[in-house]
Amino acid sequence: MNETSDPDRNFSLKNVLRGITVFWKLQRQWPIIPALILLILIVTGVFASSIAPYDPIKQNLRLRNAPPSLMQPEFYEEKSPDTQYLLGGDHVGRDIFSRLVHGARISLMLAGVALITGIVVGVSLGLVSGFYGGLVDEIIMRLVDVWFSLPFLLLAMVATIVFGTSFNLVLGLLALLAWSGFVRNVRAEVLTLKERDYVSISRICGASGTRIISRHLLPGVMNTVLVIASLRVGNLILAEASLSFLGAGIPSPTPAWGVMIAEAREYVQVAWWGTVFPGLAILLIVMSLNFLGDWIRDRLDPQLRQQI
Amino acid sequence: MRKFIIRRTIAMLLSAIAATIVVFGISRAAGDPLLLYAKPGGYGVSPEQIETLEKKLGLDRPLTVQYVMWLSRVMRGDLGRTLLTETPVSKVVGQKIAATFQLGFAAWVLATVVGIPLGVISAVNRGSPLDYVARIFALLGQAVPSFWLGIMSILLFAVLLGWLPVGTKGLEEGFPLSWTNLKYFVLPSITLGWGAAAGYLRITRSAMLEVLDSEYIRLARAKGVSHRRAIWKHAFKNALLPPLTVSSLLLAGFITGSVVTEQVFAWPGLGRLAVRAVQDNDFPIMTACALIFVGIFVILNFVTDILYAIVDPRIRY
Repeated sequence: MNETSDPDRNFSLKNVLRGITVFWKLQRQWPIIPALILLILIVTGVFASSIAPYDPIKQNLRLRNAPPSLMQPEFYEEKSPDTQYLLGGDHVGRDIFSRLVHGARISLMLAGVALITGIVVGVSLGLVSGFYGGLVDEIIMRLVDVWFSLPFLLLAMVATIVFGTSFNLVLGLLALLAWSGFVRNVRAEVLTLKERDYVSISRICGASGTRIISRHLLPGVMNTVLVIASLRVGNLILAEASLSFLGAGIPSPTPAWGVMIAEAREYVQVAWWGTVFPGLAILLIVMSLNFLGDWIRDRLDPQLRQQI
Repeated sequence: MRKFIIRRTIAMLLSAIAATIVVFGISRAAGDPLLLYAKPGGYGVSPEQIETLEKKLGLDRPLTVQYVMWLSRVMRGDLGRTLLTETPVSKVVGQKIAATFQLGFAAWVLATVVGIPLGVISAVNRGSPLDYVARIFALLGQAVPSFWLGIMSILLFAVLLGWLPVGTKGLEEGFPLSWTNLKYFVLPSITLGWGAAAGYLRITRSAMLEVLDSEYIRLARAKGVSHRRAIWKHAFKNALLPPLTVSSLLLAGFITGSVVTEQVFAWPGLGRLAVRAVQDNDFPIMTACALIFVGIFVILNFVTDILYAIVDPRIRY
């Protein structure tokens, strides 16, 4: 078993090291690993029902807190029974892997819809505020100030008591969290953009306010919007997970990652896999998103570095 | 300066009023609060009794009057009674508030002491292994869900290694700052403070990089100021502004974070009380907690603004 002396294989230590160096150089220029992780997330989210081997809600009480089949030697000898769960079972015998896969879909959907709503509302307010100025500007900016000074999680919890937990409530709350981050920066950008010659010329040509905003200012702020959006998604996912963990988010049988951690927490001493895997999933996703966001910011709008 | 303080005070009051309106609004959007006390048609309650109750609670008045009445009660410290045990909310909340403050303070000290110096060191030694370690520390801190970090740290340090207590801070006798009492703070304050430390680190690092590149630092070096003095005396002071500005955002993180952290560590504070209130549907407690957090939040924002203006005299909005 002396691999380095085998001439037919390129698997020598030297080649591996060289490969790692080349890869690392590439990685420093292009965020390959984070992009790959996010790609996997999106694919699993979209095709969740075909990827998940089991029903994420169906309980199999014989497999309560069953250890991951990955850890058992039988798994590698191809004689394991097919009721074994890849990443173990949770406290009522549901497959953690299937729940993770379906949880990816939920996180993706929530973050996506909330972010898009946030972008639409926040960017429009920022554009209007910066372009028209005056009283409108004052009102919108004070609104943003006030909004920033509200403790989101607490108000979300109050809302949960009142309306009861539901998917739509979480969606709405996340959208409420998402919009405020865009207004200030978009407004600042518009303030400089609207002094540009091309805006004045189109005004002289008789273009209406809506036209100037949509045709001339909106494309100009897209960079900023993209940067902020990419830096915010991670926070949205974390906020959703925290809400779900506190029992104020997605209601229980639905496989959201925060719910999974909250439920498996009591069994952490006997079945660590129930908490470790969903947490790792959140950590990996948010880290990749933040990394990617930093990268996009450095490429598109390095001046934002001081602010976020 | 005085004008600035007056303006900020007005802004603070506006935020506070807006926040109370939001809280009041959500509580009324639920529908009739009477339903919390008496369900019509159920439990043998007659329409007359409901009417009397409505009068007694002032629910027959217009909404604006109700809001003012509610606000004046809140101002006098009357937060109502809890639904489950019917004890005054102010009493329940009063017992819990100190623990939350202690934990928040510990985490803040930790975040500042770790985050800001590490940011400076990371910027000064840009590209070195130390810089990489600091950046990974920051990347992890901003991405890890704090509740998960808490559970994992309990599993590792309390259950497997047995070095630290699992949670529940019970103040034992002896000197308050001795290890017997401080050991309860280690895991919760790391859980709560890591994210903020990461935030401080990133902001300090980028601010420091900017300053180190400026003309006056080059001048200071050219005229022979020592390396250490150039960094800590000339550059650091000016690089402190951005971390100070984001302080209010990070403090916001502490408030939300304390709810989660207290839940994980069974910390007898406000956050845990709020989570219990959600589970029990105990509305008065939840409102009171939200109001207290809003108050803390608004005051902290105000203090940060004033500090910012003191440190940088050019700032006047």
